[in-house]
Amino acid sequence: MKTVRICDVTKDYGSVKAVRGASFELGQGELVALIGHNGAGKTTLMKLMLGLIRPSSGSIEVLGDNPAAGEFAGRLQLGYLPENVSFDAALTARETQAFYARLKREPVAKALDLLDTVGLGAASRRRVGTYSKGMRQRLGLAQALIGRPRVLLLDEPTTGLDPELRQTFYDVIARLAAEGATVLLSSHALTELEERAGRVIIMNRGVKVADGTIDELRRLARLPTRIRLKVSGLAPHELPAWAPTDAICRRLNGHLVEIDAAPERKIELLHRATASGNSVEDVDVVPPTLDELYAHFLRQSEQAS
Amino acid sequence: MNILIIAAKEIHQAIRNRWVLAATLLLAGLALSLTFLGSAPTGNVGVRTLDVVIVSLSSLTIFLVPLIALLISHDAIVGEMERGTMLLLLSYPVARSQVLFGKFLGHLAVLAFATCLGYGLAVAALAVTGGQIDSDSLLAFVAMIGSSVLLGATFVAIGYLVSALVRDRGTAAGVCIGLWLLLVLIYDMALLGVLALDQGRNISATALNAMLLSNPTDAYRLINLTGFANVSTFAGMAGLAQTTSLTVPVLLAALLCWTLVPLGLAALAFSRREL
Repeated sequence: MKTVRICDVTKDYGSVKAVRGASFELGQGELVALIGHNGAGKTTLMKLMLGLIRPSSGSIEVLGDNPAAGEFAGRLQLGYLPENVSFDAALTARETQAFYARLKREPVAKALDLLDTVGLGAASRRRVGTYSKGMRQRLGLAQALIGRPRVLLLDEPTTGLDPELRQTFYDVIARLAAEGATVLLSSHALTELEERAGRVIIMNRGVKVADGTIDELRRLARLPTRIRLKVSGLAPHELPAWAPTDAICRRLNGHLVEIDAAPERKIELLHRATASGNSVEDVDVVPPTLDELYAHFLRQSEQAS
Repeated sequence: MNILIIAAKEIHQAIRNRWVLAATLLLAGLALSLTFLGSAPTGNVGVRTLDVVIVSLSSLTIFLVPLIALLISHDAIVGEMERGTMLLLLSYPVARSQVLFGKFLGHLAVLAFATCLGYGLAVAALAVTGGQIDSDSLLAFVAMIGSSVLLGATFVAIGYLVSALVRDRGTAAGVCIGLWLLLVLIYDMALLGVLALDQGRNISATALNAMLLSNPTDAYRLINLTGFANVSTFAGMAGLAQTTSLTVPVLLAALLCWTLVPLGLAALAFSRREL
């Protein structure tokens, strides 16, 4: 079941093209990371999905609504956390949360429980005007989770959260995704997303440059996997005899040998290393990280344009 | 339903921000001082005190109520956009028109509360201190409170229109002050000047009526100063009251138009805005 459909969407602000011909679909239960530089079009895409702005061309469908035409019935089941979320300073967190719960026709008591989930607890009786950035972000998360959202759009959700709350946050959204919600989150914290996002969409200057699971992106990118071996009995700059001549090998800090292996040669190289009988004490295999993949696809799209 | 939820939040905020308190105290203070100081020149013998109060209080309302209304309304759309709260609100299942009408209802309730309580206190004080109040005067006073709230509604709607059109809060405040000066002060002075120069040669009664109807504050003034015979004698407008063809229903309709048209335009402008 697809919950979000973006079809060949372009959005211009005067001469600036914020999004150019983007197309993708998001399905139930997907946890999707939307990554890209500032100004790559991440926030614009989310605003388009909410009908806050209208596309210059192309069509959008969110939970059966066309947001550009002002349809909003589906938003009962949608949660949104804007970047730099702000609230009315005069009201307390509890009053704010109750207001948003009423707009979504959800029981107020359950919505108030979410304030404890995000760790606002006692502070929830204070006015939002007295809150720090991190506390506002917590309230922002709490309001996005009201009800049982089928689509969650989270714009930089973990900025300003401490590590403990980040963990809680990822647990909560992973549970929602497991229950069938679509979660789209944009972030700069790529290492955090690596283990969690089932799918990654990379944007560059308004263009979608990559879309797939991390494994698919690794296959596409063909970036080498790093094999690190701890070998004893070698001189500081000596390479072991079994080292391949057709792959880049280097020595790291005295006793490590690092080999950049093409993805399909990993196993072969490991065999050679262990079969040589040489004293290999330890092995680390480091696949390309999301950071490296991101940099790769960005370079590729810059070269193409 | 959404409209009521938003209205309730606006009222809640206005109470929290002391807007309600400030507006009520201001109106009550001025109404009370006019009631007791204002009757000093006429004395109390044989004069129906409440009618005098209506004349002076409605003149005060023309200045004050539009000002309060514009103060609370100019920020309603552009201010929430600047603070970023509108972004979140519009991601909820509400139509933009519901947001606007909800705010309108909330702001109007605040204004109505302050006016009724503030002016009501003046009548109550008059009754307690033994002023003569007959039913005609009381009716005129209730009509004044009602029309004051309507005048407030007009300026709340005008404030929203400005708020929906301009780009930042500063501009909204500037434009609203300009509109207030124009409609409350400059328009009448200019009209008087033109009438004095013309000496009744070119400007017909119909043209004059049209000019009076095209300013909501003049419509309000005519309702209160000529609408009730007992009041118009004190307002010095008995002559005008006999000649003018602008009846109270016509004037009320004009004020209603002055509310609904800007409100409709504000809804239209807001629905087209991108944020």
